[in-house]
Amino acid sequence: MTQTPTLSRRSQSSTPSQPRTSRRRGTDARAGYTFLLPWLLGFIALTVGPMISSLYLSFTNYNLFDAPKWIGLDNYATLFQDERFLQSVGVTLSYVVFGTPLKLAAALAIAMLLNSKRKGQGFYRSAFYAPSLIGASVSIAIVWKAMFGDSGPVDEGLSFFGIDLGGWVGNPSMTMPMMILLTVWQFGAPMVIFLAGLKQIPADLYEAASMDGAGPVRKFFNITWPMLSPVIFFNLLMETIHAFQIFASAYIISNGEGGPAGSTLFYTLYLYLRGFSDFRMGYASAMAWLLVIVVGIITLIFFKTSKSWVHYSGDSK
Amino acid sequence: MTTMATPTQSTSATSAQEYNPKSESGTVKRIKSIIFHIVALALVGVVLYPALWMVVSSFKPNSEIGGSTTQLWSNNFSFDNFITAMDGIGGVSTLTFFTNSLILAVGAVVGTVLSASVSAYAFARINFPGRGIFFGMMIATLLLPFHVVIIPQYIVFQQLGLVDTYVPLLIGKFLAADAFFVFLMVQFMRGLPAELDEAARIDGAGHVRIFGSIMLPLMKPALISTSIFSFIWSWNDFLGPLLYLNTPEKYPLPLALRLFVDQTQSSDYGAMIAMSVLALLPVLVFFLVFQRYIVEGVSTQGLKG
Repeated sequence: MTQTPTLSRRSQSSTPSQPRTSRRRGTDARAGYTFLLPWLLGFIALTVGPMISSLYLSFTNYNLFDAPKWIGLDNYATLFQDERFLQSVGVTLSYVVFGTPLKLAAALAIAMLLNSKRKGQGFYRSAFYAPSLIGASVSIAIVWKAMFGDSGPVDEGLSFFGIDLGGWVGNPSMTMPMMILLTVWQFGAPMVIFLAGLKQIPADLYEAASMDGAGPVRKFFNITWPMLSPVIFFNLLMETIHAFQIFASAYIISNGEGGPAGSTLFYTLYLYLRGFSDFRMGYASAMAWLLVIVVGIITLIFFKTSKSWVHYSGDSK
Repeated sequence: MTTMATPTQSTSATSAQEYNPKSESGTVKRIKSIIFHIVALALVGVVLYPALWMVVSSFKPNSEIGGSTTQLWSNNFSFDNFITAMDGIGGVSTLTFFTNSLILAVGAVVGTVLSASVSAYAFARINFPGRGIFFGMMIATLLLPFHVVIIPQYIVFQQLGLVDTYVPLLIGKFLAADAFFVFLMVQFMRGLPAELDEAARIDGAGHVRIFGSIMLPLMKPALISTSIFSFIWSWNDFLGPLLYLNTPEKYPLPLALRLFVDQTQSSDYGAMIAMSVLALLPVLVFFLVFQRYIVEGVSTQGLKG
């Protein structure tokens, strides 16, 4: 399999256990913490500290100018009556639920297409990867908006085939498909990881299956899918978490407002608006913590359910 | 003999014939290869179309970009849009935005390479109490939505009077805040033979020397991947500058681009697209030059775009 899923698994469980003399351990401790200092400082000052204060702020009213006022769970209670918040949850969930599987399906399909010894593989890999590198940039968001604009190239192209969807950018029911297309377009990153995984599958498995008369569908479900499952799991987890955090393209495409009719009001965009336009920092902190909790739960569910479908090569043999 | 596959399952002999590559004749192979290339090239065309459209449109006059014509080609190509785009916005030239982006990106590369390599050495090569726990915490930050830290971070930087400076945008890079790069380097160092530092230790070398003279030179591939990605991520970063910068003279390109869009809207499409091209130019050049490193880096380390 690719390095990442298996290695990360191993590294998480492996704690160093080489016996050392106490004198040696003492000097190593000093050296260890010295070398770790940059990360340790950053971890405390930029991650742990802010996390604790954000948790505290989420129970307060804070506008950046007056002292935070403790209000208990009010922010959280208000959130669930806030229509725009609920809308942002809906927008983000539909983006994650539809965008991520589509993106991964495209990534896997193209990876399988490219997984053969043919000329030009390097070129194809690079060409398909390119959008992943530029996709999150402001430039591409602007291009996307222009291409999907009313009577833009996409609209015109579709009308050539007699299809009229009533515009994309200005049409609340078409903005989500447009955003999903933008993320699917960036299938290159998971594709490259899939390709690396596919290369690890021994060819004799397929040969043996061919001899048994297995068709491509059976080969896919009996060999490719299980052998690739750690990579599928890794991509699914990373892409899901990634999708929850979409911001720049949503901001640009919706002029920073989440329009039209709130159809691109993504969770992080609403969080930004609440925190940095309305200066409701406590409220935004509550939103941030809800996001952490949701992402945490999803990660947990992924890991729990993965046992039934993710096969690590070491497990079965 | 593998070619004489006897189908034991219900699927017929034809499928065995079709899917056993060794039974294919030369012409079948060639036809298959041609079909493969047609399909793959068509897909490349679709995937790269938006980028192509962007580049071509940037040379077109306004009247030919949106609306009436969907033709990619034009007879009126010119550099006019780029000339307008280079003028910048609000009295600040685009060259200034470029310089700002460059300062931030180079700063990010230097900071990340320094701090991540040092921290990764500690995780990968030094045995100290708490290493496993810290390593687990670092991995956990990979999954943590960073939105949970931006509000308190902003408040702190605001109280320190550091808003509208580059400090909030760069300090994290010098403190190995992108756990991904630390992780990448730890994995890379773990792949290097342990005998190397054991031998150096016997020769009396300390950690500083082992790190500086043995590890760093061997880590070149990981350092290159890190540099490329941290440059591009910093170049494309939008949220950070959006939060912390409010003087146009200090804006990097993505923020300038937003300002440009806000002020011109659709009135000067051409200049807007030209500026988008300019903003992406270094990333595109980087990609063309380093594409092998980039794509291989992704496939072995699982980096995102």
